[in-house]
Amino acid sequence: MPYTYLEDIAIADIAFEARADTREALFVEAGDALMNVMVEDLSAIRPAVRRGFRVEAGDLERLLFDFLQLFIFFKDAEQLLLRVSAVAIAEERQGLVLTAEAAGEKIDPHRHELNADVKAVTLHRFRVGHEAGVWKATVVLDI
Amino acid sequence: MAVPSELRQISDAVWELPVSWKQGMRVPARFYGTQELIERFDDGVFAQAANVATLPGIRRYSYCMPDGHWGYGFPIGGVAAFDPDEGVISPGGIGFDINCGMRLVATGLTYEEVKPHIQRLVDRLFERIPSGVGSTGFVKLTEDEFLAVAEQGARWCLRNGYALPEDLERTEEQGCMEGADAETVSHKAVQRGHSQIGTLGSGNHYLEVQVARQENIFHPEIAEAFGITLPDQIVVMYHCGSRGFGHQIATDYLHILLDVMERVYGIRIIDKELACAPFLSPEGQNYFSAMKCAVNMSFANRQVILHRVREVFSDVFGRSPDDLGIRQIYDVTHNTAKLEDHLVDGRVQRVLIHRKGSTRAFGPGMEGIPEAYMPWGQPVIIGGSMETGSYLLAGTKDGEQTFYSTAHGSGRVMSRHSARKKYQGRKLIRDMLAHGIYVRTASMRGLAEEAGGAYKDIDAVVRATELAGISTRVARFVPVGNIKG
Repeated sequence: MPYTYLEDIAIADIAFEARADTREALFVEAGDALMNVMVEDLSAIRPAVRRGFRVEAGDLERLLFDFLQLFIFFKDAEQLLLRVSAVAIAEERQGLVLTAEAAGEKIDPHRHELNADVKAVTLHRFRVGHEAGVWKATVVLDI
Repeated sequence: MAVPSELRQISDAVWELPVSWKQGMRVPARFYGTQELIERFDDGVFAQAANVATLPGIRRYSYCMPDGHWGYGFPIGGVAAFDPDEGVISPGGIGFDINCGMRLVATGLTYEEVKPHIQRLVDRLFERIPSGVGSTGFVKLTEDEFLAVAEQGARWCLRNGYALPEDLERTEEQGCMEGADAETVSHKAVQRGHSQIGTLGSGNHYLEVQVARQENIFHPEIAEAFGITLPDQIVVMYHCGSRGFGHQIATDYLHILLDVMERVYGIRIIDKELACAPFLSPEGQNYFSAMKCAVNMSFANRQVILHRVREVFSDVFGRSPDDLGIRQIYDVTHNTAKLEDHLVDGRVQRVLIHRKGSTRAFGPGMEGIPEAYMPWGQPVIIGGSMETGSYLLAGTKDGEQTFYSTAHGSGRVMSRHSARKKYQGRKLIRDMLAHGIYVRTASMRGLAEEAGGAYKDIDAVVRATELAGISTRVARFVPVGNIKG
């Protein structure tokens, strides 16, 4: 699995590390890692509704932070469980601009086996890096 | 990490790290707990309490309560008071779940009367009080109405038929912090929170039906004054907070303060989660106001849940809530910053107290606690794990040593991941039923993460607060029914 949950970082909460060959793929994996904390089987999320994601940020870490917050936002504001399959990141005058199409559906406790709710993305040990040709992100989620 | 060698024992349950332990500490850090509890503190507690001690304007000590464990910025169980003129306010000293808190409700029923109905009662509570990922409440509000809740807290509930006047009298801050201006809250926060009033949430949030057994009454006089008057009396205790609304406010201001902290105010910090701003700065004041909005929403959330508890009991037992003796004992907040007057350096001064995973515990005679409780001190509600038990304590005169702050729960010792590997939700439900606890849950895995073995020994935590003199035991409750988010 391109993301793994880390045991030693957070006692009361949940941390993960995502890895991918490209920045864009890293974001897709990180989004799934967050969603998988809340929903046991990601394949149970049907792509019934779509939402456009657009995030602007001065650096890659802030871009990932705000991108992940969107999944939490839609879960609370519209009770939507979302996944993204493709992400585009462009470098523009104002900084980095991410666009993605998210697809998913309303929470249905009968079909979605639900786990813990994610309250927030934290900055604790938050890191995005590129080492030996691999993009890596470490994220701690508040539960 | 082992306990730092510089940690010095001050008394049976108080320990201190000197300012020399970490560069930049302005005050020593004090830790509350018996030797056994201190030795089990996790890696982050000492480092994080010391980091807090480096913040500008901190007074006396950076504290950590006996249920302390690793958190973001501040440890959970962290308490710190700041000079309002020279000090800072930090979202990391309050937490993401602003005014996550506990409410305790007495009933006039005994366990003998409730036992035959316990499964129907818990099932009905589970149906009527939504819990779990993305759950929405029964109070349907427009965004404008929600903003009124954020500014008025439980007073909004009173005006709209979800509260009795006595509920507000028995709530910290009477269920509303003054000075909450909804203009300081983002639209995103409103969008996340406005459908969540009347929901428990998940993680360590729950509602329990509990019994106060005769042998677990430690102070009969105070217990009676607080409303524990019957043998094997049934009480309802629950734990929840400001839901997505508070979480978004904390996230928004973490970034707002990070942006200005060093650039505008020249404040350098050790850990990004300690992002802060001078309390009197525009950003600091805006966060204080937004935090109050979340505090108020959370009071309203627990109040609306009480309304549902009354409805369910009335429905199951076929009697009115009044006839059933359903009466709120108290409601306490855990994650807040408040301006309070305390004796510092020999004179009464106003300080900004951050309590993160800590309960205010005002002593007897102090302003701000209900008239009926004045001779006894403020009720303090300590939630234990779902398998063990919970406590009602009272604030003490000696609580002055911690700015009248005490523990808030039992505190985790095992990661969620490890708990999930060690325990299974369905087996836990069977085992708990065999021990007389009927559980309903929105998530089997979530339930496993909250197994009793994942937490510290609640009895040891509470004994440590008594040993240190910061609160006194009144009664212990054992669970007989539980709904879990």
